[in-house]
Amino acid sequence: MDQQLAISVRGLRKTYGDNVAVAGVDLDVHRGEVFALLGPNGAGKTTTVEILEGYRHRDAGEVRVLGVDPAKPDADWRSKVGIVLQGTGEFDELTVGEVVRHFSGFYPDADDPAKVVERVGLGAKAKARTHTLSGGQKRRLDVALGIIGRPELLFLDEPTTGFDPEARREFWELIRDLSAAGTTIVLTTHYLDEAEALADRVGVIAAGRVVEVAPPNRLGNRQEALATVSWRTPDGLAESAETATPTALVAELAARFGGEVPGLAVTRPTLEDVYLRMIGHS
Amino acid sequence: MTTTTKPAAPVTAAPARRLGAGALALRQGRLEITQFLRSRESVVFTMGFPIIMILIFAAIFSDEIAPGVSYTQYFITGMIATGLMTVSFQNLGIWIPIERDRGVLKRYRGTPMPKWVWFAGKVIMVVVIGIAETALLLAVSVALFDLDLPQTAAKWLTFGWVAVLGVTACTLCGIAISSLARTARSGSAVVTPVALVLQFISGVFFVFTSLPTWMQQVAAIFPLKWMCQGLRSVFLPDSFGAQEPGGSFELGRVALVLGAWCVLGLILCLTTFRWTTRRDG
Repeated sequence: MDQQLAISVRGLRKTYGDNVAVAGVDLDVHRGEVFALLGPNGAGKTTTVEILEGYRHRDAGEVRVLGVDPAKPDADWRSKVGIVLQGTGEFDELTVGEVVRHFSGFYPDADDPAKVVERVGLGAKAKARTHTLSGGQKRRLDVALGIIGRPELLFLDEPTTGFDPEARREFWELIRDLSAAGTTIVLTTHYLDEAEALADRVGVIAAGRVVEVAPPNRLGNRQEALATVSWRTPDGLAESAETATPTALVAELAARFGGEVPGLAVTRPTLEDVYLRMIGHS
Repeated sequence: MTTTTKPAAPVTAAPARRLGAGALALRQGRLEITQFLRSRESVVFTMGFPIIMILIFAAIFSDEIAPGVSYTQYFITGMIATGLMTVSFQNLGIWIPIERDRGVLKRYRGTPMPKWVWFAGKVIMVVVIGIAETALLLAVSVALFDLDLPQTAAKWLTFGWVAVLGVTACTLCGIAISSLARTARSGSAVVTPVALVLQFISGVFFVFTSLPTWMQQVAAIFPLKWMCQGLRSVFLPDSFGAQEPGGSFELGRVALVLGAWCVLGLILCLTTFRWTTRRDG
């Protein structure tokens, strides 16, 4: 097993009855990397991640997470893996501080609970019962419980769902901090800007398969993609052309129109365009 | 500060600060008790219900059911048994589905906490709340209804083992039945009717021998009837034993049936317990 790999997956399959949730996923995540799994709802993101977290059993395939088969998790492995689930597990009757302190007791080398509460931005809420927290604050508590054990590898399943823009930015900073400290991070998201802002590499998953793995700016050969030049004809009709040499085309148009080109725009595919094409909605 | 580069190999630090098994279990128990005491419904339902029932029934029925045995005294033994069942069977059967539905159990499974610690926490909570609830019930009964506490060590011993066996059986069955509930809300719908029917047919509200024979036979399959009978041997005069269906308090059979339910409950727990909801696959 390659020690540089935090996660290695070959031919992973999982079916529920007739429904094939994961149809042969291959995946490598390097140590220290931030890896985003991007895909629409029902693509198999959560099933894949929960198999890697040791929650679900697979039907077929080879899986190693930190060198261990997650189908046979032991306490030592569990203490190195931090998990932020999609659904929040709530402890309505307890305070934020109590819950984080309690969970710190499960780990051999836990972080200071008060520090972690502060770090996720819940310092002012440490003495508040968890049921009084807003959706975004509950999510921060989830993150606190995910990182309290100082994990080598942190899973985050759609971590910023329900966050306001400011909270998302703060959360991204936290992820960058953790990554800078050497934590390997695997996050699932359906926010493209989140994947673009955080991930070293993005894996696009659709219909239970990994369609492509690449750094966000290279996804779908985005850099080499043709530019689209669009303009309006003198009759007012919309016209457009895909070209590898947009500057030449614009110059030609300028000459043809003898100056300003009406409605001129030059665009390249956004991450969203590339992504939508990959998952089959062009 | 140096920036940490990708570590080449997993750091296998000695688990020096990992808490011992006993400490983990005690922390878990303390957390469960805190959660229980802060949940007003639980406290009122578990601690208050038996006392309210005694106050009501003692006000309605005041006659003697046998020489020297008032209905109230008979009823108090039934309520002690019911209280033990409430704190274990109903409490767990209702709350575990809620915690499972909320994802609390799934979250515990994602930590290095050994599985048994979670069960130990529940057991500690049941034992502590059960003792507190029983003590409160006895205090109220002695103060208001002249209940005679057991006078001999042998009777206290019987009280002890009947309570321990009964609570053990009900705890295991409560954990087992929690897996029947599909959602958070259905726990109460599954457990409450079972508990209520058992109370009626096991001789809590009515003198057991006044129930139809078939009903007595059905009740004799389940633990509550035997818990009530065992406790009657502790709190009622020895002469009352002659009025029991078997002509005595049948303590041997009490131990046998409760012990059998412990075994059955344990098997059900081990084979059916779920950490996640069905929709989690």
